Amino acid sequence: MIRQDSRTLLEVRGLRATVNGTEILKGIDFTVRLGEVHAIMGPNGSGKSTFAKVLAGHPAYVVTGGEVIYDGRNLLDRKPEERARAGIFLAFQYPVEIPGVANSQFLRLAYNSVQGERGKDELDPLEFDDFVREKMKLLDMNPGFLARSVNEGFSGGEKKRNEVLQMALLEPRLAFLDETDSGLDIDALRVVAGGINQLSTMDNAMVLVTHYQRLLNYIVPDYVHVMDSGRIIKTGGRELALELESRGYDWVGAEHRAAESAAMGTAR
Amino acid sequence: MNATGYLESLLAAQPKLPASPLARLNDLRAEAVDRVGVLTVPTIRDEEWRFTDLSPLTRLSFQPVRTSTLPDGGELRRFRLDEAATRVVFVDGVHAPGLSHVAPGVAVAVTLSTATQAHRAAIDLHLGRHVNFRDDVFAALNTAFLQDGTSIVAPRGTAVAAPVHLLHIATQKDAASYPRCLVVAEPGSAVTVIEDFVSLQEGAYFTDAVTEIAIAADARVDHVRVQRDGGQAFHIANCAVSLGAGSSYRSVSVALGARISRYSLRVLQTEAGAHCTIDGLAVISGRQLADTHTSIDHAMPDGVSRQRHKCIVGGAAHAVFNGKIMVRPGAQRTDSSQSSRNLLLTGRAHVDTKPQLEIFADDVKCAHGATVGQLDGDALFYLASRGIETTAARNLLTYAFGAEIIDRIPVTSLRNLLETTLLAQTTATHQP
Repeated sequence: MIRQDSRTLLEVRGLRATVNGTEILKGIDFTVRLGEVHAIMGPNGSGKSTFAKVLAGHPAYVVTGGEVIYDGRNLLDRKPEERARAGIFLAFQYPVEIPGVANSQFLRLAYNSVQGERGKDELDPLEFDDFVREKMKLLDMNPGFLARSVNEGFSGGEKKRNEVLQMALLEPRLAFLDETDSGLDIDALRVVAGGINQLSTMDNAMVLVTHYQRLLNYIVPDYVHVMDSGRIIKTGGRELALELESRGYDWVGAEHRAAESAAMGTAR
Repeated sequence: MNATGYLESLLAAQPKLPASPLARLNDLRAEAVDRVGVLTVPTIRDEEWRFTDLSPLTRLSFQPVRTSTLPDGGELRRFRLDEAATRVVFVDGVHAPGLSHVAPGVAVAVTLSTATQAHRAAIDLHLGRHVNFRDDVFAALNTAFLQDGTSIVAPRGTAVAAPVHLLHIATQKDAASYPRCLVVAEPGSAVTVIEDFVSLQEGAYFTDAVTEIAIAADARVDHVRVQRDGGQAFHIANCAVSLGAGSSYRSVSVALGARISRYSLRVLQTEAGAHCTIDGLAVISGRQLADTHTSIDHAMPDGVSRQRHKCIVGGAAHAVFNGKIMVRPGAQRTDSSQSSRNLLLTGRAHVDTKPQLEIFADDVKCAHGATVGQLDGDALFYLASRGIETTAARNLLTYAFGAEIIDRIPVTSLRNLLETTLLAQTTATHQP
């Protein structure tokens, strides 16, 4: 929900990043206030997922320019685990399988690491079991997933539910959901989106990274941004997503290039 | 000391062994002494030993002990396995009847010196007939000192419910011990045997163990081997397994201790339709060396073998794995798979892994693979993104890597114990 008096949670200015020497992010400006829901859309390879991973602190990406202020402090000098404890969450597009680590063990360790930092009591395995089962109901998840290895042999949809379950446990202030709708059938999408909506409050914010507007039928964004070639080239309201759905992405890029060359012409 | 002089020094105490009431033992000993006289201590110029340099062993002198101060019950309690109704304890290689407990009923396990008629028959048929002591100097040395070993006989058609626990405790520095074990599973029987090597002291000692396992038709043996010797120990062991028609051998061997350890396991499928599953895990750090050599010989048709070996190597430690699979002519429809997976935790850790397949039959299925790597970067980032500290994340992933093997141990208390040990050891390994 947009409220002009809301505090700014995230301020990204001119962010540039490379992976293996190739520049992927080419100057991103992006602002999120508490209570808002943003959608970042764009064609494949436009840099959407990279943007989310850079903010979560993925070590493969090197920030080469710009700044990121989160909750009034520099974010980029913090390690991924510190960012997580400060309330940043990334729901992975491709959640990692970890054979040999029980999901319950992983979820509890994550909960105690993040919530413990915020002064909540650490939970022992029995206490955690009760707690996590309640959260699983929210997502219509089978408790059988607790005993299995983390994400191992989970279907695409089960992995995505497990991501949202982690979000429910960790209660982030700023969550990036990277293609959380992919791999979900329509019923699962409704359940997962319902879970996400319940987690949305005036004291946090969400950024949905998505290729299709399908998810946005269930989670209504306040802002829709179009990303192309490592930059945000257009920002609008929820109606922009519908327009993208019917017209595709090409026209946005063309419009942007025309505007750029016009601006350059004026400058000359 | 030159190599020959070294073997002579190890043999010095041998003539003092009292004669055994079992003629077979005396014959074997005499023959083995002759063989030790002919053989030499292997060096890295021997193909089978090229990665394992035994010179630190030959610089030290070890002698068998005749008496030991027995550890008290408190010290022993942590080694006790609840499920094992029969526990045979050896202290520095000497049988300790006072600490042992043989379950009432059928005497499944006895020491060689107290062998009853059933055991004598098994000993005559099998002892010294499976392990190749004529060509292997350490098997020969062990055989030369044959005296106090264990004989385990699972009677025909009987599933022995409780595992048999053989506990070898090292309490004295400079001691040499020669543990010997014979397992005979009669047709249609089943038994679980745990060989467990522990230490109550940190000085150097030498263990030279031999185990022979003869599994008759349709019988099953589960074999768990845990080497958790002291950090300065030398541990060399040979195990030879013979599989009858439709029989099954499942083993999990775990190497955690010792300065230098070498475990050589040879499995021979002598009849059709035999099945073996061989899993191994070495978790080492510091300057430890753990060497596992295995050989699975598919001599007859329709045999199955499954092997999974893992090493977790920290510090400047060195792991060696050599896994030979032989499929002889006529061993058609053999189904074999082998994997060697190795985790290097530091830049100085080292592993040599060598799958070795020799296939002389044409209708077979043989899969094998070897990987050497570090912890998965994606998994580490995933854990970090959930607020988990780097050290905790590394420990968790390292533990998970090893736990896959430990999970296969069919004895719950031992499995739990080793999981705890593994967790502690992975935590220690990651200290700089």
